[in-house]
Amino acid sequence: MTAPPNDCLARNEWICGAYLSSRRQILLDAVGQHLKLTVVSVVIALLVAVPLAVLARRRRWAAGPVLGVTTILYTIPSLAMFSLLLPLYGLSATLVVAGLVLYSLTLLVRNLLAGLRAVPEEIRQAARGLGYGPVRLLLTVEFPLALPAAMAGLRIATVSAVSLVTVGAIVGFGGLGNLIYAGMNTYFKAQVLTASVLCVAIAVLADLLLLGVQWLLTPWTRAARR
Amino acid sequence: MTTLADAWSWLTDAAHWAGDDGIGNRLLQHLVLTVVCLLVSCLIALPVALVLGHLGRGGALAVNISNVGRAVPTFAVLVLLLLTPVGRWGEGPTVVALVLFAVPPLLTNAYVGMREVDRSVVRAARGMGMTGRQLLLRVELPLALPMILTGVRLAAVQLVATATIAALAGGGGLGRIITAGFNLASTPMVVAGAILVAAFALVVEGVFEIAERLAPVWARGSR
Repeated sequence: MTAPPNDCLARNEWICGAYLSSRRQILLDAVGQHLKLTVVSVVIALLVAVPLAVLARRRRWAAGPVLGVTTILYTIPSLAMFSLLLPLYGLSATLVVAGLVLYSLTLLVRNLLAGLRAVPEEIRQAARGLGYGPVRLLLTVEFPLALPAAMAGLRIATVSAVSLVTVGAIVGFGGLGNLIYAGMNTYFKAQVLTASVLCVAIAVLADLLLLGVQWLLTPWTRAARR
Repeated sequence: MTTLADAWSWLTDAAHWAGDDGIGNRLLQHLVLTVVCLLVSCLIALPVALVLGHLGRGGALAVNISNVGRAVPTFAVLVLLLLTPVGRWGEGPTVVALVLFAVPPLLTNAYVGMREVDRSVVRAARGMGMTGRQLLLRVELPLALPMILTGVRLAAVQLVATATIAALAGGGGLGRIITAGFNLASTPMVVAGAILVAAFALVVEGVFEIAERLAPVWARGSR
């Protein structure tokens, strides 16, 4: 009989190189699922949030209900949100995406609306005086000026989504959260720590990436500061 | 719709309200956790934020700690704490995690509130011969109060959410009804638990909303 191995896996250490090399595929798959859930949710939320914010800006009566409903959605804790959607979607990735969309929606709508409202009235009037129609005004004047606020909302929504995906582990679609959940049940320290660190790393990288995109999209803010 | 009816009958069954795992006890645990941790977090965060805001130092830390708090998954912190020695004392990991996640919004809002106090008012108070302590307690604190209270409200909502996720890592509270429902593959129980948690969170938010309406005009947040 061979002696049991005495490596860091057997000693159940927090930091373990052997874990990284032997479970590489599992980690990559989890990161892949994590990224996919985050990106799909945020993109869908953005597609829903833009019309809602424009509606709330253009039609005064719509602002109250839109902000009220999204605030209520945001108050509901994530675990309860996923559970409430269970009868609709069952145990599926769609359930996690739907829950994340509802959360991101709040942050995106609020920031988009704040950005649109901050566009100075004189600029809107000047554009109208130049013969801009409502659509052209929105696309070429209001959207670019609302971009910094909108990007701030997008960054917050993305970072929150990355961290909330882990709660999806309750239905088995939590990306790195699955590894944390499994690691908790088996008392596997290296797995829990590695997955947690990767999760924070994804959030930070996503934030920096969006910051870079904002830098590229708004050259005028750099020129003004100089 | 049948699920909702099933969840309703689960909720209204008296047998599910009694006992250690009953709704009554879970509700109490959730409430105690939220209130105690809110008080502890306020005692930790507010004095630090008020002094930093008064001195005008440590701004980068106070503002960025909220962003860091958002990037760190609650669930991961709970499980990490569970596997450390803290995990051995019962609700230890839950309490530590709750406080950790309630401190950032409190700190950031109180600090920003203190710094946003009109500088000319502060200079006028100094000119009248107020000491640093008088300035802090009689001028800056009252003027910063709306922002501080907004932070308390954010922290309370965060606490309710974190206390729910604590159930995933074995903590007590209403979240346990949801996780128990998942383990029993009982959708009505999961939905009933979720309804309870959502109602609890909305009541907490509602209490703050009402308190804000009742507060004197100067103490109201500009939302």
